[in-house]
Amino acid sequence: MSEKRTIAVAMSGGVDSSTVAAMLARLGDGNRVVGLTLQLWDQTRLAGKHGIPEAPKAGRCCSLDDVYDARRVAEHLGIPYYVVNQEERFEKDVVRPFVSEYLAGRTPIPCSLCNNHLKFDQLLKTARSIGADAIATGHYAVNEFDEKRGRWILKRPADLAKDQTYFLFGLTQEQLAHTLFPLGSLTKPEVREVARQKGLALAEKPDSQEICFIPGGDYKQFLTAYLEEQGEEIPDTAGELVASNGEVIGKHAGISNFTVGQRKGLNVGSPSPLYVLNIDPASHRVTVGADAELATQTLRANRLNWISIPELTEPMRVKAKIRHRHEPAWATLEPAGADEVMARFDEPQRAVTPGQSAVFYDGDEVVGGGWIV
Amino acid sequence: MSAGTFQNGRIYMDANATTPLLPEVVEAMRPYWTEQFGNASSIHLDGQTARTAIDRARETLAEFFNCHDAEVVFNSGGTEGDNTALFGLLHPGDHLITTSIEHSAVLQAAKKLERFGVTTTFVAPQPSGLIEPMDILRAIRPETRLISVMLANNETGVVQPVAEIGKIAADTGAFFHIDAVQGAGKVKFDVRKWGAHLVSISGHKVHGPKGVGAMFVRKGTPVDALIVGGSHERRRRAGTENVPGIVGLAKAIEIAMHSVEDGTMTRLAGLRDKLEAGVLALPGTGLNGALVDGKAAPRVANTTNIWFDNLEGEGLVIALDLKGIAVSGGSACHSGATEPSHVLMAMGLNKHRAGASLRFSLLKSVTEAQVDRVLAVLPEAVQNLRALAPVSAGTLA
Repeated sequence: MSEKRTIAVAMSGGVDSSTVAAMLARLGDGNRVVGLTLQLWDQTRLAGKHGIPEAPKAGRCCSLDDVYDARRVAEHLGIPYYVVNQEERFEKDVVRPFVSEYLAGRTPIPCSLCNNHLKFDQLLKTARSIGADAIATGHYAVNEFDEKRGRWILKRPADLAKDQTYFLFGLTQEQLAHTLFPLGSLTKPEVREVARQKGLALAEKPDSQEICFIPGGDYKQFLTAYLEEQGEEIPDTAGELVASNGEVIGKHAGISNFTVGQRKGLNVGSPSPLYVLNIDPASHRVTVGADAELATQTLRANRLNWISIPELTEPMRVKAKIRHRHEPAWATLEPAGADEVMARFDEPQRAVTPGQSAVFYDGDEVVGGGWIV
Repeated sequence: MSAGTFQNGRIYMDANATTPLLPEVVEAMRPYWTEQFGNASSIHLDGQTARTAIDRARETLAEFFNCHDAEVVFNSGGTEGDNTALFGLLHPGDHLITTSIEHSAVLQAAKKLERFGVTTTFVAPQPSGLIEPMDILRAIRPETRLISVMLANNETGVVQPVAEIGKIAADTGAFFHIDAVQGAGKVKFDVRKWGAHLVSISGHKVHGPKGVGAMFVRKGTPVDALIVGGSHERRRRAGTENVPGIVGLAKAIEIAMHSVEDGTMTRLAGLRDKLEAGVLALPGTGLNGALVDGKAAPRVANTTNIWFDNLEGEGLVIALDLKGIAVSGGSACHSGATEPSHVLMAMGLNKHRAGASLRFSLLKSVTEAQVDRVLAVLPEAVQNLRALAPVSAGTLA
């Protein structure tokens, strides 16, 4: 770090990104730190409609409280701070695809879309346009350049409970090269301790969990309210509930009410618990069955991004993670056509869900990932 | 005049947002914070001293508006004035004519009144940013009670034909309110010539203090008080008078009256024109409005608004800020992020171009060196923003 750099910190108003700003601003290495908050969604937009809470709780991104918190941290640190309006792009690149995926019977994962389109792509662009060389975020992940392979590597962080690499598999080499993850070597309690030491008033602020633009966490309410606002009808995807042997055992009101692995809300009587096994967007059929039937041996994923390797050309042993809270499982990964791979698990895995991402690990390294089809 | 001379070396080109207090204004206000602290409503000598200060200030404002002392009401600023005009005059069933380029203080008040049975016609401007008086006339209905049009637009600086609109109001029996916040200190005021019933101004746009303003209320105009609770300001605006603020406003207005006529505006327009020409010399730029058939529309001397191809205005505002130059790129939304100017969009710019526009609004104290500095810094900042090929988003569609 001989040359003085300008680093843009993506500040959400939470503990993690605030601590990153404090760590970098107080280094005293002469680097300039600028705080940026992306304004992604107007939390008041659908408030009060179809049961969506009137007043968003704290911890929703872009709630006024969070922008206020981020601004207060920047003031405390004495760094310039700006809110950048990306509502239009967020709606186009994250909210719209989220809605379409649900309507198509899949279970989308908006955080990865947001990371790829907004947090890293757009933020990096904004950062560079204002003269910054790099961005820093509060994600728990490690990135480092490997001379031997000539590639930027993304690795799991010290605090595996906070590991966010699952949401970061789409980062390009260029994005990784211009991003700092200062929290990669810290645990969450350590981060809070740093926040306290730096005098941040929000050191004890609770973490946010839900999808940021869905206050209350009820995605069905959101779909209804959003489509109504857009003057669009929820397409009629009502259909049959069928058992795994093909027998029709009931009807349902629409496929967007279901996600693979779901147990509640099926409204059919059965001696043993039933789970959604499969959603067919073409026939609107929802197949249900026993827990054991949820397990599958293979998955296919497309729209791939590779990080530790330039491309997958031959079978590779990996651990595959198929949802945020999934413990990665051993699998053999092999190419399966253009921009598509197949993972064959050693042990069958429960509820492989189309729309979620599959991320492949080699030890601590993220090999790459894609979207489950 | 030392206002706007910043010891920190920053160049402030956002005068339409706010202006620094002139030293003379600070001096004039000084005794009224501590020694002359009386309440103007009190009978005793301390109260009388405060009353005298307010009465003198009122005289200054009356001279400024070209009206009678009794027609001047002090208030908290432009937003209160605009709100008072609309909320104080309009009743259920009434019709309001205003324009789509007004300040939010008018637009939001009109929106709120819709809920109470007041209908509003929002007249759109010409592409130049000028309001066509015939469009106002065409919007008149039997139940039209109020016409509210701004004197000078905050984004483009275009000066509206208020005297012609005032004639329409007189001919049709409507009341006429002028939001003159952005015109004060830049054009000569004459509320009689304009045919106005109500005219709002704000202190901090004319090198006066924030939180104080004044309103011309033509004698006999039946405007209800927005704030009640005392007989202050002839029952037109309750609340203990902000004596230091009122004194400061009057001092600022006194100086502004001179600067409108002493050649300051000519000098200011000269530097604005130099800045404008310099920026427009960059490829992929253009002036927003202010031109009618290729000729300049009437405009205040300090403002220019320019679009830039292939960049986001927000980024340019931040980049310039980090280089010590303050300009504006639209209006701040609830979070502090920038939204494309509703004024530019009303003039027909698409959202993208409106969002890629900058407003430069110069202080009277602007120097040629500052203009030169901006012209030296801007090309590189623009080039940096444009050179950015979008960073690849990877394979995730």
